[in-house]
Amino acid sequence: MQIHSPEFKQRARDALADAGLQKALGNFKQGFPAKRAAAVANLPEFERLRDVGRDIKNHTLAHLDFYLETFARNVERAGGKVHWCSTADDARATVLEICRRAGARTVTKGKSMISEELAINAHLEAHGMEPVETDLGEYILQLRDEPPSHIIAPAFHLNREDWEASFRQSHTALPADRNFAERRDIMAEARATLRSKFLAADVGITGANFLIAETGSSVIVTNEGNGDLTQTLPRVHIALASIEKVVPTLEDTCTFLRLLARSATGQDMSVYTTFSTGARRAGDLDGPEEYHVVLVDNGRSAMMGTEFQEMLRCIRCAACMNHCPVYGAVGGHSYGWVYPGPMGSVLTPTLVGVDKAGHLPNASTFCGRCESVCPVKIPLPKMMRHWREREFERHLSPPVARQALGLWAWFAKRPGMYRAATRAGTWLLRRLARGRGRFASLPLAGGWTAGRDLPAPQGGTFMAEYLRRKRGGA
Amino acid sequence: MSRDAILNAIRRGLKRGPLPADQRAMLESRLHTHPRHLVPARAKGARGELVARFIANATREFATVARVPDMAAVPGAIAEHLAANNLPTRFAMAPHPELFALPWDTRPMLKPEARRAEASDTVTLTHGFAGVAETGTLMLPGVPERPTTLNLLPEQAMVVLRASAIVGGFEDAWDHLRARHRDALTDGFMPRNVMFVTGPSRSADIEQTLELGAHGPRQLHILLVEDDAEAV
Repeated sequence: MQIHSPEFKQRARDALADAGLQKALGNFKQGFPAKRAAAVANLPEFERLRDVGRDIKNHTLAHLDFYLETFARNVERAGGKVHWCSTADDARATVLEICRRAGARTVTKGKSMISEELAINAHLEAHGMEPVETDLGEYILQLRDEPPSHIIAPAFHLNREDWEASFRQSHTALPADRNFAERRDIMAEARATLRSKFLAADVGITGANFLIAETGSSVIVTNEGNGDLTQTLPRVHIALASIEKVVPTLEDTCTFLRLLARSATGQDMSVYTTFSTGARRAGDLDGPEEYHVVLVDNGRSAMMGTEFQEMLRCIRCAACMNHCPVYGAVGGHSYGWVYPGPMGSVLTPTLVGVDKAGHLPNASTFCGRCESVCPVKIPLPKMMRHWREREFERHLSPPVARQALGLWAWFAKRPGMYRAATRAGTWLLRRLARGRGRFASLPLAGGWTAGRDLPAPQGGTFMAEYLRRKRGGA
Repeated sequence: MSRDAILNAIRRGLKRGPLPADQRAMLESRLHTHPRHLVPARAKGARGELVARFIANATREFATVARVPDMAAVPGAIAEHLAANNLPTRFAMAPHPELFALPWDTRPMLKPEARRAEASDTVTLTHGFAGVAETGTLMLPGVPERPTTLNLLPEQAMVVLRASAIVGGFEDAWDHLRARHRDALTDGFMPRNVMFVTGPSRSADIEQTLELGAHGPRQLHILLVEDDAEAV
């Protein structure tokens, strides 16, 4: 997928001015957090399960070589094949080769972020095959030639009119005067259209939410059943997965299933959780005859032993972006690559380089909501700070930012002057605010306040408040 | 070779070589004993509580549940369900011994066909291996007697589930499978496919509004056979 992360600032500005997107974001900000909160409230053990999830992932990462070898051995024992791929190029070539050997013309796909990362569709198309996305959201994005804007609700930025227009434009074999009175009509048309693709497909490609070392299984979690049809009907199933997806046992997987859907959509459990282990057995009446796991590194192993290793705990639930005020204001396309929101702001610079994606870790207020909802407790703000430091060290940040930091540092080393300056600044801003809680615009900072409000100081400086409370409390 | 390159890069990051034998043995033992972690209270309870919780959770997820007194009453309950919903009486049925054994002759109108599902099937019937109370989930291992396509292709899926097959949590369901299923190919317990199914297919991809029946069944009907005296 092409990298547009360097254009973050322009894209964010455009997003703020996009009325359709802002309407969709309005629904979004109400929906996901409330559903998650309700699901969590119904499971008193949820907070403790987050600790368990974190610990299982840490254990797995500390022995990742062992669990990957065990997983691969068990896949082969069950009649499957594991393809180890260091780079995106390796993975693309491997997938293409499997499809070619299967004589594939139509390739159906379940929703998979790693397949976006590898840009598998473009590669298959370039070699004369027809890849078909079968997740409803991914399907319409494919029709519109757009990337996903969210990792579990890829087309949430589209409104009903967009769906209708795209369907009318693409499904030209259907009567032009057909009616889309309800959302259900849109879905029924997609179901019928994709049914024929499911049946025609020679190869089905899915991602994997988990790989289980104990049994050699790949696991997918869906609500539509599309990934399940994708991996059941064609003659060949390819599961694409990055190396950090492995977990040791089924019991370990149970913990993540309890965390995943609640954190993602606020369901207790997604509709379909499907465990695939090898190819069709003697006597089976359905299922693929070939089962391949394409195991992709593409930059993950280089994160091991660094300050970003903990990012490899991520189970791609999207809770961080669902609760992020920045994501909620600018949407997913602003981030310019596959992974948006806080997890994307940490992962994207790792995978494509901080020189290209340095804006992303800067697009954070460090409010900490992402970390507070992360089911495996990834310290996302801390990691974004690491990126800011690296960006600064490599002189990638703009001169104005560096000068401002230099000025701040000069004051910070002189506490007396620092306090006097902040006292004066606080006084001035409070006067200017005249009782309003915030500034909608500020002189010399129009660019900054165009998309944000600056909160007005509500009391004295930090030191003044600190001393006052200390005296009051003593 | 990519495999060694990846494994070596991981080990470099972990600042160690391949694991020594004693540590490998420790990890092998963790795999072998597959210890349970924290299991929530909602996955525990007396038999009657678990059955009631299974029904409540399955219903909340938009499945429909009909309580049937015994296996002999299943064909009658199916006939009622199909008639009430205007559905065809010909359907694809899992070739499972418990389904073959049902007294189909009591309802001659019904035309079960023991086979996998095809895209043209409107209705299917399969056999529930286990029900998980904590979320109202069905466990459907895909074995020759329980083809996977029956779970996915029809508009209307029906599942016969014995109340005695309802367990508390996911771990209990796996223990059940570990104890009762042998896979000839691997000599393990894992069949090619295991599905956990919680309610009918759905999507909220269009304007984040939930619609049932995306690619899989629009309705999931569970015929719950009350074969467990403690649980009724």
